[in-house]
Amino acid sequence: MHAADVEAEQAGTLVYFSTKSGNTHRFIEKLGLSAQRLPLHREAPTLRIEQPYILVTPTYGGGSANGAVPKQVIRFLNDEHNRHLLRGVIAAGNTNFGDAYALAGRIIAQKCQVPLLYRFELFGTDDDVAKVRKGVEEFWKRQAQSLRT
Amino acid sequence: MTMMQRLSRVNAINWNRLQDDKDLEVWNRLTSNFWLPEKVPLSNDIQSWNTLTQQEKQLTIRVFTGLTLLDTIQSSVGAPVLMEDARTPHEEAVYTNIAFMESVHARSYSSIFSTLCATRDVDDAFRWSEENPTLQMKSELILKRYRSDDPLMRKVASVFLESFLFYSGFYLPMYWSSHAKLTNTADLIRLIIRDEAVHGYYVGYKFQQALAEETPERQQEVKDYAYELLLELYDNEVRYTESLYDEVGLSEDVKKFLHYNANKALMNLGFEPLFPSSVTDVDPTIMAALSPSADENHDFFSGSGSSYVIGKAVATEDDDWAF
Repeated sequence: MHAADVEAEQAGTLVYFSTKSGNTHRFIEKLGLSAQRLPLHREAPTLRIEQPYILVTPTYGGGSANGAVPKQVIRFLNDEHNRHLLRGVIAAGNTNFGDAYALAGRIIAQKCQVPLLYRFELFGTDDDVAKVRKGVEEFWKRQAQSLRT
Repeated sequence: MTMMQRLSRVNAINWNRLQDDKDLEVWNRLTSNFWLPEKVPLSNDIQSWNTLTQQEKQLTIRVFTGLTLLDTIQSSVGAPVLMEDARTPHEEAVYTNIAFMESVHARSYSSIFSTLCATRDVDDAFRWSEENPTLQMKSELILKRYRSDDPLMRKVASVFLESFLFYSGFYLPMYWSSHAKLTNTADLIRLIIRDEAVHGYYVGYKFQQALAEETPERQQEVKDYAYELLLELYDNEVRYTESLYDEVGLSEDVKKFLHYNANKALMNLGFEPLFPSSVTDVDPTIMAALSPSADENHDFFSGSGSSYVIGKAVATEDDDWAF
């Protein structure tokens, strides 16, 4: 394995879900970081991840905690192997949903005991993209440092 | 211009055979969000209402009357024209829900009026709404698109109404709420705000689907029309805002709220936001009134990084979780 590959593996990746409306997909495209998309259809076999990752998920808006996290994301996290490699969560949402803004992120953070790293609305502004790109890079650097020490 | 294919005959709707599962997802969301104004104890705001000055009362009644007009347009014209353009029977059914909920919204303002306000003041405000040039202008700008024969621009107009034009009005109850005034009224407005987000999202999604089928030239043309309409609405919105809020000194912050929501309206259509973050920095107390958790520090990245922010416990009985 090349040194660069080892570096990439340590750096971790992004795993995301995006519905047909494609807002989260568009945010990921703008980030330009390596990312794997969860299958759109509930029946499709879910992904099995082999490296640490940050999960990026939309919230099904509306207010209730039930149904806020997309089923496809729940399915992916129900796999203990996948869950074990989760390091943080970024959630999309809409402040119009009040208390339930980006609620999927809070639910996952709490259930999996990982930090909620960031929230953005719809497909995110350029500011959101810049903050997350920088934040994710620094996050993996800190993770690598804490592993070494 | 290519016309979208309309439903030419009526067949019995089968919800177990979907052409687009987004229709069912949104139907479920909208129906589970159903509410009526009777659910909100508006009379608990009577005491608070009486602490407002006459000027503040007039402003509030006018703002709500302006919102009533937009809801009326959406219910009686907007949603019905979208229904004509629907490409699946399920999409049509979703618009029937939207049309009805817009009637509920319009009805709600009258509930607020009958609970809190003097009849004469309300009658004055309805007269004002018929004569106010900027309010009438926004109605005209939208109705013109609804009556045009361009199905894409009808959707654009609908999203701008749902996701942009309401917000010069929604600002005020959020402002009162942040000052611990009219808090029950604000609760009711939050229910409306929640509904409008789903409406804007869904119509924007249908717009993007239809736009994707057009030629690149036509896509560019529609995009140009959309930004042009937004700017036209924006100029008018600024004048409307100043005519209402200058006297209470809130115009500048309301404009930030307009910019913030104009960006979201554009994003609902799949277009890039227009206003830079330097002019969308709405007063944090207003954002907190809108979304109580919005002020919590979940921006882990720009924080010191010294402490992990783990979400507070959220009750979920979602039985799909296996851990």
